[in-house]
Amino acid sequence: MAQAFFGGVHPHDMKAATNEKAIEQLAPPAEVVIPMSMHFGAPCTPVVKVGDHVKVGQKIGEFHGLGAPIHASVSGTVKAVEPRPYSMGGNIMSVVIENDMKDELSEEVKAPANPDAMTVEEMIEIVKNAGIVGMGGATFPTHVKISGGIGSVDTVIINGAECEPYITGDHRTMLERPEEIIGGAIYLAKMFGVDKVVIGVEDNKRNGIDSMNKVIAEKHAPVVVEPLHCRYPQGGEKQLCQAVTGKQVPPGGLPSAIGCAVFNINTTCAIYRAITQGIPVVRKVVTVSGSGVIDPKNLECPIGTPVANLLDACGGLKETTYKLIAGGPMMGMAQYTAEIPVAKGTGAILAFCEDEEQTVEHPQCIRCGKCVAACPVHLEPLFMYQYASKGMVEELNELHIMDCMECGACSYICPARMHLTHMFKTGKQLVKNKAAADKAAAEKAAAEAAAKEQKKEA
Amino acid sequence: MTDYKNLKLIATSSPHIRSAENTRSIMLDVIIAMLPALGWSVWAFGVRALMVTCVSVIACVVWEWLYRKLLKRPQSVGDLSAVVTGMLLAFVCPVDVTYFAIIVGGFFSIVVAKQLFGGIGKNFVNPALVGRAMMLASFAGTMTTWAQFQAKSHLFGSTADVVTAATPMSYLHAKNLQGLLDSGVTLSDMFLGRIGGSLGEVSALMVIAGGIYLLARKIISWHTPVAYIATVAVLTFIFPRGNDSLTWMLFNLFGGGLMLGAFFMATDYATSPVTGKGQLIYGIGCGLITVFIRYFGSYSEGVCYSILMMNLLTALIDKYVKPQRFGVVKSEKKEAASK
Repeated sequence: MAQAFFGGVHPHDMKAATNEKAIEQLAPPAEVVIPMSMHFGAPCTPVVKVGDHVKVGQKIGEFHGLGAPIHASVSGTVKAVEPRPYSMGGNIMSVVIENDMKDELSEEVKAPANPDAMTVEEMIEIVKNAGIVGMGGATFPTHVKISGGIGSVDTVIINGAECEPYITGDHRTMLERPEEIIGGAIYLAKMFGVDKVVIGVEDNKRNGIDSMNKVIAEKHAPVVVEPLHCRYPQGGEKQLCQAVTGKQVPPGGLPSAIGCAVFNINTTCAIYRAITQGIPVVRKVVTVSGSGVIDPKNLECPIGTPVANLLDACGGLKETTYKLIAGGPMMGMAQYTAEIPVAKGTGAILAFCEDEEQTVEHPQCIRCGKCVAACPVHLEPLFMYQYASKGMVEELNELHIMDCMECGACSYICPARMHLTHMFKTGKQLVKNKAAADKAAAEKAAAEAAAKEQKKEA
Repeated sequence: MTDYKNLKLIATSSPHIRSAENTRSIMLDVIIAMLPALGWSVWAFGVRALMVTCVSVIACVVWEWLYRKLLKRPQSVGDLSAVVTGMLLAFVCPVDVTYFAIIVGGFFSIVVAKQLFGGIGKNFVNPALVGRAMMLASFAGTMTTWAQFQAKSHLFGSTADVVTAATPMSYLHAKNLQGLLDSGVTLSDMFLGRIGGSLGEVSALMVIAGGIYLLARKIISWHTPVAYIATVAVLTFIFPRGNDSLTWMLFNLFGGGLMLGAFFMATDYATSPVTGKGQLIYGIGCGLITVFIRYFGSYSEGVCYSILMMNLLTALIDKYVKPQRFGVVKSEKKEAASK
């Protein structure tokens, strides 16, 4: 078994609720709401207007700078282009399409004549036009990662750890569509010019590993499946690199700094579908689970499907549900409304009706140091908490708060139930604000000095 | 499509799940780990041992409750930490300690050492040890009267007629290992606890059993106890008082409060460093001072004061011993420093 990373926690994986349930196709929704921001970077500009007829795969959002285009996920009429609630909080410009249920495929979607004869540039162009982003949740534009990594990357890693509890979409994909994963991995190997791709999988998905190994053997693919220790956050990009290569990504750096590039299982499948069939990202596998869901399931639905449709398909919610989460229980975002759509990075919708948080009224740190032992990036959460709560920015910097990736391991393990991760989110913002203020002050001082100089000369 | 508008959703920050372990369950585990030693002390010194422990626990809980009540602070006796302090305080007292003394000791432990500094997690010295240090200064007589093994102490009233004896520690302090052996105490007596001494300390075996339970339940990490015990072992082996290094070392390890100190006192969360490296330094420091006091001090036992002294250095250790930053390899750091 591969080397482990430092720290981490062992939450109960809760995957039994859905890991034996095949991915179901959701009944087509009457309407989809497609947010114009489903990637890391600036939001897209809508290129359709109300009343337009769109087909599946047609581009409806154009990106600028860092980003990826957005496509219609159903065919039908554009009903509205307006801000709507979305899973990252608040409202964002969205394109609302009324589904005509015809599922007409756009003329823009064309299967390449000979996928295996394509050049690297052609493949990257296809990945870019297909709107592929990191589908594990980080949503970093994939074409940028590939073109930026070529040359410096010698280890391509497919992230099949799926370390967040409850989520089983990747596991089911391994079992049901291993050829897409392996096919995508082969294209990635070609693009990066490496002779081996490593798929890291937590060893609680033995049958998934076997299923992929079978395809690898049949195709003689340059792919190795590496079973990993079952531990959160094994699927964190930096932790996965550490477990597979033994190397650590430098602070503030990307995996490419140590010659690694990491792609999610879903992303890999999307690359395969784009290169072989020309299909952009229009569908997503979502695990709907948690104590508040009556019949948990793995569902595949068009991007933009309202979450309510998914919940309906799972028998609805229990009345006592008090929390709805987009994403996993460790890093997902709690929602204040069910009126949000499925986005490219939405891997799970969880509903809780029991006290999974076990909140206490007056949390008191007992200095047990369990947070220090659990932090996968070697921080000291208990001290950071004290500084952050007092707004001591310099001390926070000294403790490297910006290295915190908000994985939630410290909060999870904390016996006193301190709100550590939350405090670090605000603490990081303090540090950023201070840096911005310092920069502005320095610029102002420089400008004043220059003005003085000018005056003198005059 | 169902309308989910009438759901009362709360939107809090991630993570949304927590491990089952909490402060209370940790304290409960510590209490469980102390039960074997308590059982042995009752067998060794009679029911009075149990009575002393109960009085100490009740005193500590009541002091804590009263303090929080009077100062209108959120009540904290539910976290069971006062119970742990009470048990530990009783464990470091002789069976014939007066009930009055232990109630005063409990006040010092809970109110002076812990609550005045803000309560659980905020105290900078181990409450039970501070209580003991204070009792040793104020009630020197009753704190240094050691009943013989299985001498019958009265539950109430005068304990003046109890058969007392010098503890093994006083023989060791006088560098008289031979005298101790001649008095009929064997190594297995020391290990099992068929000797006189403080309530919870006499049986090294029972304390180690509790310590192993704490390690297995991941309540404590191995760093502090291993560093502490190893330091004492190495020092006493290299510098024996007498001819037989090994016997001298083993008597030093099993005698006095070393095992209780290493597993239950030095590992106290609030007063020990939070990093593994820091805990090693802290454990070694405890070991050094313990041997120093035992060899050169006027007291025969040094565990209590050594831990208290290292408690004071904990903040300093935590300030300077930091985890290696993720992604920065040691050699690189050195290179950067030399540039």
